[in-house]
Amino acid sequence: MKVAVCDYGAGNVRSVVLAFERLGAEVGVTAEPENVAGAELAVLPGVGSAGSAMARLEETGLDEALRKRAGPTLGICLGLHLALEESEEDGGVEGLGLVPGRAVRIRDGRVPRIGWAEVDPGGEAYWFAHSFAAETPAAVSTSEGLVAEARSGAFTGIQFHPEKSGATGARWLERCLSRA
Amino acid sequence: MPLPRLIPCLDVARGRVVKGVHFAGLRVVGDPVELAAVYSDSGADELVFLDVTATLEERGTLVELVRRVAERVAIPFTVGGGVRTVADATRLLEAGADKVSVNSAALERPGLLTDLAERLGSQAVVVAIDAAGGAVRSRAGTSGTGRTAVEWSREAVERGAGEILLTSIDADGTRAGYDLELTAAVVDAVPVPVIASGGAGNAEHVAEALEVAQAALLASIVHEDPHGLGGLRERLRGYGVRLRDAA
Repeated sequence: MKVAVCDYGAGNVRSVVLAFERLGAEVGVTAEPENVAGAELAVLPGVGSAGSAMARLEETGLDEALRKRAGPTLGICLGLHLALEESEEDGGVEGLGLVPGRAVRIRDGRVPRIGWAEVDPGGEAYWFAHSFAAETPAAVSTSEGLVAEARSGAFTGIQFHPEKSGATGARWLERCLSRA
Repeated sequence: MPLPRLIPCLDVARGRVVKGVHFAGLRVVGDPVELAAVYSDSGADELVFLDVTATLEERGTLVELVRRVAERVAIPFTVGGGVRTVADATRLLEAGADKVSVNSAALERPGLLTDLAERLGSQAVVVAIDAAGGAVRSRAGTSGTGRTAVEWSREAVERGAGEILLTSIDADGTRAGYDLELTAAVVDAVPVPVIASGGAGNAEHVAEALEVAQAALLASIVHEDPHGLGGLRERLRGYGVRLRDAA
């Protein structure tokens, strides 16, 4: 399985690469649109702010590569937010539009929302670290009322970090690879 | 709210894990990467590495240690000690850390918190506050700052910190329980998660801290028997603390 992890200067690329390598995947880190187009699975990781991340996706041309891609794509945390139509972070940012909906600031509880939280259906706990959350009709699971996973076409976006969710996260990524 | 977290803290000095009592008389207790793996396997929710001598010795950060830890464990970890610039912090995150913790540098230049949050997101920015008698101390507890812990917590969060690691110097190393009064005052003052630190002697202490704070830092209580973390988790469940199932 060839996995292309988008490297656009947005954070935790190394952790994502290590997590896939532990599962035996052949992982390339790339900012080249053609590598993203040709991968069996493309991964859009991301921590940080939506505005600067989107700008870097546009600078590298990865935005177009991700929009045109027909194969499976996984967006993690900010990678999910960037795939939506828009985010209200940084005064409003237009997203890739791969998934209907928008990212909004979390209104309840302590923000940033940091820690392990259960995802339903299933009830397993994964690691979350976010101040914004997706509002989308494409949600397939939630965590304490917030969108945990959304799917639209070949794109899967998750709010939690499977690469940091220990054995539970590794099992999630394994299922992701076997679907791809 | 997410589940309460247990966070073993590995104080490192010259590449080894140490834990001091009242920040003095440091003694070596193990290898950081080995301990990290044991804690991860024993169900730790997260780890913290603090280079306790970095500020005093004006040393750089711990990029190589972070790289080795990231290869061994797949749980989140925070690194602090001597982080002075956005470039320092970015290197640590690129090496595999999830958050950076800043202490003295933020006290000297509070705008650093804003710069870090803008570049990395506030979820990656922890402000570590060491307090004695409710007053903030800097440079590994050796200098006064003229600020109270509550005032500095509020300011740090307004400037961009996404989490507070609050250590009571009075309680640290005593094993007499966390400083619940100080912890509650800071928890009430800020809208971000607070990690209580200093003073854990038994499971009951940890359970008490987790009623007030969102996470509890563990040091001496786990370092003498790292494999005992699983047993501690079981005892905490017995006190009604909802911990994740780490299997």
